[in-house]
Amino acid sequence: MTAMIDIADAGKTFTMHLQGGIELPVVRGVTFQVNPGECVVLSGPSGAGKSSILKMIFGNYRCDSGRIGIRHRGKVVDLATAEPRQVLNIRRSTIGYVSQFLRAVPRVATIDVVAEPLIVNGMSRADAQARAGELLHRLNIPERLWQLPPATFSGGEQQRVNIARGFISDLPILLLDEPTASLDAANRAVVVELVAEKKRQGVAMVAIVHDDEIRHLIADRIVDVTSFAAAA
Amino acid sequence: MADQNFIENDEPLLVAKSLSKSFGRIHACRDVSFSLYPGEVLAIVGESGSGKSTLLQMLSGQLAPSAGQVSYRMRDGVTRDLASLGEAERRFLFRTDWGFVHQDPAQGLRMAVSAGANVGERLMAVGWNHYGRIRDTASDWLTRVEIDTARIDDAPRTYSGGMRQRLQIARNLVTEPRLVFMDEPTGGLDVSVQARLLDLLRSLVAELNLAVVIVTHDLAVARLLSHRVMVMKGGRVIETGLTDQVLDDPREPYTQLLVSSILPP
Repeated sequence: MTAMIDIADAGKTFTMHLQGGIELPVVRGVTFQVNPGECVVLSGPSGAGKSSILKMIFGNYRCDSGRIGIRHRGKVVDLATAEPRQVLNIRRSTIGYVSQFLRAVPRVATIDVVAEPLIVNGMSRADAQARAGELLHRLNIPERLWQLPPATFSGGEQQRVNIARGFISDLPILLLDEPTASLDAANRAVVVELVAEKKRQGVAMVAIVHDDEIRHLIADRIVDVTSFAAAA
Repeated sequence: MADQNFIENDEPLLVAKSLSKSFGRIHACRDVSFSLYPGEVLAIVGESGSGKSTLLQMLSGQLAPSAGQVSYRMRDGVTRDLASLGEAERRFLFRTDWGFVHQDPAQGLRMAVSAGANVGERLMAVGWNHYGRIRDTASDWLTRVEIDTARIDDAPRTYSGGMRQRLQIARNLVTEPRLVFMDEPTGGLDVSVQARLLDLLRSLVAELNLAVVIVTHDLAVARLLSHRVMVMKGGRVIETGLTDQVLDDPREPYTQLLVSSILPP
């Protein structure tokens, strides 16, 4: 089987110039693969570098060494050395990222925040909004909120809007950073269902989940990040 | 679909090659090179005196570089060196395929003539002559930039700062340019007005698949609007890359200082 994500010997160090040039090693020797239809959960204590690895796979953090192979439109691209334009294309059509917090866009209605990734990839506004509505329903966001910008919503509501936005598109790779952190049991169950559906569609996922029960339900494989600890 | 163009169109619109500018012994801008693609938004950030405005002036053909060149792919597909364009050609480019949004709307508008005429004037300059159609298009654009069409016959000097800036944007976009230069477009506005303008700019840029070079010292503006960012200091580009990458994982000491100076929201 051909991996969707193939990370080999990737490493990351922060150099803090404002603190006298202190070097802050984050991870080194990161090596693992993720196949289509598989959910890999990163484990390890807080500060072990789990989020940094997700950000490196998304191209949000630069990678100092090694390679991050991403299968993009049938070809493998090394994200660690890709041009900005290429990274943007990969984000548009290959990798989705569900962050912990919604980066609220002022004045944009919830339904449009969720529908946007589909519109950007060419779907009509009406069709995209219909799909967005279905997902918001499943995630128990009441219809009377759909026309409001999510900025004033509660933390849990914002996270569900964020999840809807992340899961709406048909991207072949999804990165999930604590998707269930501030959700109640009913909504956690919806997220577990959504992950299972994505697996059936062949989506490759990398997730960070602290809740043991959820991790047990969604993980096909666990990668222990402490083995990539750079501080030594 | 706008974004499809962005993915598939692989020829740059604007190319800057080793641009430098000195004023006597002062090197305002040194050896700047980059390519801008259709639909791409590039932010140039840096403090006052870093050379970003000088660079913008050279890119938009208003200032001759001391060295280096700027080339632009015209609507007919031919890429031309800006320096080789005649004055009439350059002016035509400015009236049709380019826009320039100044920080001070008074520089980009005619303050004493009506809002409708401010927008319509650009259409007349490209040969429109049917009064009714010009007025309809102007009123359409006022609506798009959220100006009440009842104000179409009022002169911008009767407008608030935020309205003036939105009018300047309408005047620039009415000819459907492919490239717009912006010099601190939210600079003189108070915060709530800024947010509304940014939001409007963001949706117009995406809808029209505009390429934009925006000069700003405000990193929040760069984050909201741009795909890529160039950080300038002392006339040089010291760091460049994807906007979220440069802002979330800044590498150069000066960029780290800039990013760490933002107050948390």
